[in-house]
Amino acid sequence: MNLTLKVWRQKNSKSAGKLVDYQVSDISPDMSFLEMFDVLNEQLINKGEEPIVFDHDCREGICGMCSMFINGRPHGPKQGITTCQLHMRSFKDGDTIVVEPWRAAAFPVIKDLATDRSSFDRIIASGGFISVNTGNAQDANALPIPKRQADAAFEAAACIACGACVATCKNASAMLFVSAKISQLALLPQGQPERYRRVQSMVAQMDAEGFGNCTNTRACEAECPKGISLENIARMNRDYYAAKFASEEEV
Amino acid sequence: MSSFGKAFSSSIGKKLVVGITGLFLILFLIVHCFINSLIFLNDGGETFNLGAEFMAGNWPIRAGEIVLFLGLIIHIVQTARLTYENRKARPVKYAAYNGSANSKWYSRSMGLLGTLLLIFLIVHLANFWVVSRFTGIPTHDVNNRENLFAVMVETFQNPWIVLLYVLSMVSLCYHLLHGFASAFQTMGWNHKKYAKLIISVGIWYSIIISVLFAAMPIAIYTGLIN
Amino acid sequence: MAEINSNIPEGELTEKWTKFRSSVALVNPANKRSIEVIVVGSGLAGASAAATLAEMGYKVKCFCFQDSPRRAHSIAAQGGINAAKNYQNDGDSTYRLFYDTIKGGDYRAREANVYRLAEVSANIIDQCVAQGVPLAREYGGLLDNRSFGGTQVQRTFYAAGQTGQQLLLGAYSALERQIGMGKVDMYTRHEMLEVVKIDGKARGIIARNLITGELERHFGHAVLIASGGYGNVFYLSTNAMGSNVTAAWKAHRQGAFFANPCFTQIHPTCIPVSGDHQSKLTLMSESLRNDGRIWVPKKKDDNRKATDIPEDERDYYLERRYPAFGNLVPRDVASRAAKERCDAGYGVGASKLAVYLDFAANTERYGRIEATKQGIHNADKATFMRLGREVVKEKYGNLFDMYAQITGEDPYETPMRIYPAVHYTMGGLWVDYNLMTTVPGLYALGEANFSDHGANRLGASALMQGLADGYFVIPYTIGAYLSKDISTKAIPTDHPAFIEAEKNVKETLERFVNIKGSKSVDHFHKALGKIMWDKCGMARNEQGLKEAIVEIRALRDEFWRDVRVPGSLDEYNPELEKAGRVADFLELGELMCIDALNRQESCGGHFREEYQTEEGEALRDDENYAYAAAWEYLEGVHFNLHKEDLKFENIKVAQRSYK
Repeated sequence: MNLTLKVWRQKNSKSAGKLVDYQVSDISPDMSFLEMFDVLNEQLINKGEEPIVFDHDCREGICGMCSMFINGRPHGPKQGITTCQLHMRSFKDGDTIVVEPWRAAAFPVIKDLATDRSSFDRIIASGGFISVNTGNAQDANALPIPKRQADAAFEAAACIACGACVATCKNASAMLFVSAKISQLALLPQGQPERYRRVQSMVAQMDAEGFGNCTNTRACEAECPKGISLENIARMNRDYYAAKFASEEEV
Repeated sequence: MSSFGKAFSSSIGKKLVVGITGLFLILFLIVHCFINSLIFLNDGGETFNLGAEFMAGNWPIRAGEIVLFLGLIIHIVQTARLTYENRKARPVKYAAYNGSANSKWYSRSMGLLGTLLLIFLIVHLANFWVVSRFTGIPTHDVNNRENLFAVMVETFQNPWIVLLYVLSMVSLCYHLLHGFASAFQTMGWNHKKYAKLIISVGIWYSIIISVLFAAMPIAIYTGLIN
Repeated sequence: MAEINSNIPEGELTEKWTKFRSSVALVNPANKRSIEVIVVGSGLAGASAAATLAEMGYKVKCFCFQDSPRRAHSIAAQGGINAAKNYQNDGDSTYRLFYDTIKGGDYRAREANVYRLAEVSANIIDQCVAQGVPLAREYGGLLDNRSFGGTQVQRTFYAAGQTGQQLLLGAYSALERQIGMGKVDMYTRHEMLEVVKIDGKARGIIARNLITGELERHFGHAVLIASGGYGNVFYLSTNAMGSNVTAAWKAHRQGAFFANPCFTQIHPTCIPVSGDHQSKLTLMSESLRNDGRIWVPKKKDDNRKATDIPEDERDYYLERRYPAFGNLVPRDVASRAAKERCDAGYGVGASKLAVYLDFAANTERYGRIEATKQGIHNADKATFMRLGREVVKEKYGNLFDMYAQITGEDPYETPMRIYPAVHYTMGGLWVDYNLMTTVPGLYALGEANFSDHGANRLGASALMQGLADGYFVIPYTIGAYLSKDISTKAIPTDHPAFIEAEKNVKETLERFVNIKGSKSVDHFHKALGKIMWDKCGMARNEQGLKEAIVEIRALRDEFWRDVRVPGSLDEYNPELEKAGRVADFLELGELMCIDALNRQESCGGHFREEYQTEEGEALRDDENYAYAAAWEYLEGVHFNLHKEDLKFENIKVAQRSYK
């Protein structure tokens, strides 16, 4: 099939960018969206132009690197997948596709479609862990954990930190990402000792990074490729209130 | 900064304030709607005026009125501030943004709906609250109570005002449709077993309150109630 | 010529590690604070090593080319992690895990390292659970296990089909904790492009900031390479697009020997190639072989739909050939058997390069169990299938969705089509017992080294090895070296060795952009991949390997004359990054063929067509090839072979049999 692409081109973080039109032809419906970009880049290189920079790595939907805002939605028109898992059979011959980078103050554009998501790492570094040094651990089965709780923790832990939640949120809020990590550890007994420190320090870091505020539109949950639930945000809120208004530990 | 200062200046704290004031306003609307609905008894406003007098002559309720105004102002100021911050969080806008694919339009338009309601509120307060508190209600009913009902009847003779009220109640309905469940979510009250209940109560609440309020000017204008 | 000494501690196999640990020289806490360690790579091995060394008090710098350490390719591991916990009471033990690993590796791994791996495996699970890794549990609240290929016990711990992700996020959170405390300096979007040696010891690296293009010099008392495997030399593999050999290859060029490069693992259950546009292959977890049956039609070129082929016209060839292990034979055996069937003309699908992985039998079996549970009597087959499908969905839903997404077919209705694909590389930098390469102070961890898996890795052992190396091995063994280095002050990076190294890196980069040829980097990568897959893939022979060596040399020559790298050095330029990686693959590819040609036997993932039993099984030559081939790099892309003889004192070397 033949397609018209409108792709965001931006030289670097300091320059302004714009949408540029490209034509691609003979696209197979079995190609992934990123493979279609490979074809386009090959064309550009052969013409002596600069190829389009985009983030990608595992191409199987788990590393969280790929991040394209396609026709107004993160990771494109289908739910529950990442950009690399989107196949061209989801489009029709003759379609025009607008491709933009994630847009948020906390995710500045590096070049073209690649953004800097290190704010997520800094949030994790502020408290998204259990403080246990290597070698400190007791036997793994010494601490039984109800299956339901373990499963719920796993569901929250499935987050791949792609940033689609921030990208689609009209407020560029990172609450779904932050709450998923807080929930995972709050649901597990191992996470209890630091539970109320963690929620305070992670929320403080999230705010410092310049993400917007949640207004419960539920867009993040709908677009999350890993189906992370909004319940996590409610749990984070509860923990935050408990930490700030009941716990005596101040972070 | 003090612990509470930090709490309330955080993103979650600010939302908490919006949620609490929102829930407070939701409760207020129930009272307001109940008393106003007394006009549907169609007794020439007798019972309604009794209710109004009770509300006006009761000091805890007068004190509550101050809290109500405070709540309203905080709700407005805080959401305005959040809206400003949220805009700053995305300095470059998307060329294509398909919000309807993942969220309800009214969830994304709470600021707009809220602004419409604020305009309505100014008119509404000028119509009734200023009259009853400051300029004075001109007439008395058969029981020699201040005849607020008469003020109502008179106000709703103007078709433009009726139209404004009805449209504003549509805004209110959508504002509540998002706001009700959203307030619960912000408070952290999201539980698998109760989530459906909260959502359906929220929907029914929003519809009933708005329909009742909208029915009042219509009923009076059309003469069904007099 | 450097001699190779594997530095295996004296004593009984079962005592070696314990004795080593209690006698290895220590570095006191005050000295640790002034010792700097560089870790290249942030996957399971790199992140766990960086975090643990920082916890111990060393100053650590960690580098990764991804935008976050959490995106290292360890994240994509699906099935699970082995550990000799014997929680299932099915007779597992440290020795049995050791035995299975050596046997699975076709007797080409070092006993002492593998035994140590089996010993620390249990600690890994404890550590990960303590970190909050949500491994799968049973209703009683205890950890669940599944079975995996090449073993007869259930020792594989897992987190749905995302075990690698969960374990990596555990290590990542430990690493981020140290970053937050200022004990690790993290350099993301940085690529290591040279090892700096001073007085014969590794003393630092040159890294390129991928965003600005700036070259940076970093000093370290020791350098740890944990940069993963080199499967992308085949272009198409299950590796991530960015996975590369560059860090390991630079180490190799600086004198670290590269061992057993020809040992590559071809995973039997991947989604087949669908066309020329394909950029990578996707794995379907080995755990699917627990519940799936692999078959091809008994008739050649059978074009009927899979569901139309009756039971008695299907050839369940793994069950037929290997009745004891059936569908759970090790990966090399399963892959070769699939290739054998397809080469013989029994392949399915449009390309005829695929076999079926069928869940119907087990779906029905699960359905019957469900029906009994729910008290449904006399149900028909459709009901069983419906109930069974729910169970299958619960267990493998994400994998089935992934398959449907990629192929556009519904795996609940028709069997999956699968074919082997390059997945893992057992070869890598040669290391001694301490994980040190032949360059003093230069270490290799995880998939980047060669030590534990011999000629074939068992499923769920890669995660085990990566974390064992990072959490439990290197923190001790590095002390043996650093304790002698405590008086070395940090060497300023204006030392001539740093200047020289940076100059060389810069010249190479400039060369890339100045060639201004006519073909893209991908063109060369694909061409190399095709040579490697055709001639150094699942089966190799002398003639093919000799041809491949000639072809690769010619291709390399053409690359350096005709590659086109757009853009400049001082910007974010992924084409430039790729060019550097492919240049290294073009040298590695040749070495792989040389190694495969040298090894005149078949073992594990290395199958030389000339050396097979009458039944078509791999035929080892223990007399002449029971050694690890450690290659030394010589100027002008030449290689010199060193041999580390492998002694098996605690295990009887036998013909591997899964019948």
